[in-house]
Amino acid sequence: MLLGFLVVIALAVVRLRNLFAAVMLTGIYSLHAALLFISLDAVDVAFTEAAVGAGISTVLMLATLGLVGREESRPRGRGWLPLTVVLVTGGALVFATLDMPRFGDPNAPVHTHVAPRYIQDSPNETGVPNMVTSVLASYRGYDTLGETVVILTAGIGVLLLLGGRRRDNDEDEGPR
Amino acid sequence: MSHHIVLRVVAKLLIPLILLFALYVQFHGDFGPGGGFQAGVIFAAALILYALVFGLDSARRVISPDLLRVLMASGVLLYGGVGVASLLLGGHFLDYSVLASDPVAGQHLGILLVELGVGITVTSTMLSLFYGFAGRGGDG
Repeated sequence: MLLGFLVVIALAVVRLRNLFAAVMLTGIYSLHAALLFISLDAVDVAFTEAAVGAGISTVLMLATLGLVGREESRPRGRGWLPLTVVLVTGGALVFATLDMPRFGDPNAPVHTHVAPRYIQDSPNETGVPNMVTSVLASYRGYDTLGETVVILTAGIGVLLLLGGRRRDNDEDEGPR
Repeated sequence: MSHHIVLRVVAKLLIPLILLFALYVQFHGDFGPGGGFQAGVIFAAALILYALVFGLDSARRVISPDLLRVLMASGVLLYGGVGVASLLLGGHFLDYSVLASDPVAGQHLGILLVELGVGITVTSTMLSLFYGFAGRGGDG
């Protein structure tokens, strides 16, 4: 049901020429994705999706619209090649999911590797009841450090591109 | 936007609640859903709401872009610093068990500090991104 909504919204986003409405629909899309995550019991991910996808990225997209205008120009040609590439890639991905274990299958490889150890030992080893937090911050501390650095790097990159001081030193910058 | 009185009043009511909820998500992440990333994003969302309703300039007076740049880096430094501290105390990098006399308490302390670092970096990066975008388009 929710997945059906997602597909409908995605198609609507593709069809719309009014970018403002498209941005609003991507926000709604994120809220639906968050609902989907809640129904999969992934509350932490749902949190992030609702705050980032529906909240902040919508605001950032609106700010971008303020810079580029809100109507999409008509595309030239019909683009059969992109459509073919998308269909083939999507078909391959769907085909690959047929090989995946069923959702919630206790014998799936994910559930037989380190997960039992985390579930049995993490309350005693870390004293943190929320296992997601203990795995993210303690067992997978390197990964989370890397993610934080990625966020910092992304922020630095955007600041270098859009930096706030453009108006102050427009004169002494060389030709672009 | 001085005449949007409903918007301003509702925003004034909501912003403290959102900030409080962000802090709750940050420091209660050990027990319930949430953690540094989610809390940081919610915190940034509250400040962005403030900037949208009360104008970019008043938001810049609350938190200046320069401060944000320092905060962005200091969050990562806090995270890495916890790792280095556990190295100096004789453990592995990011092995929090050595941070306190009791391994469980050490883990708790380490996770708290690390999540705080993530939260600080995420909040300030998101807010800098918003400042960057909004600052370009006249007075966004």
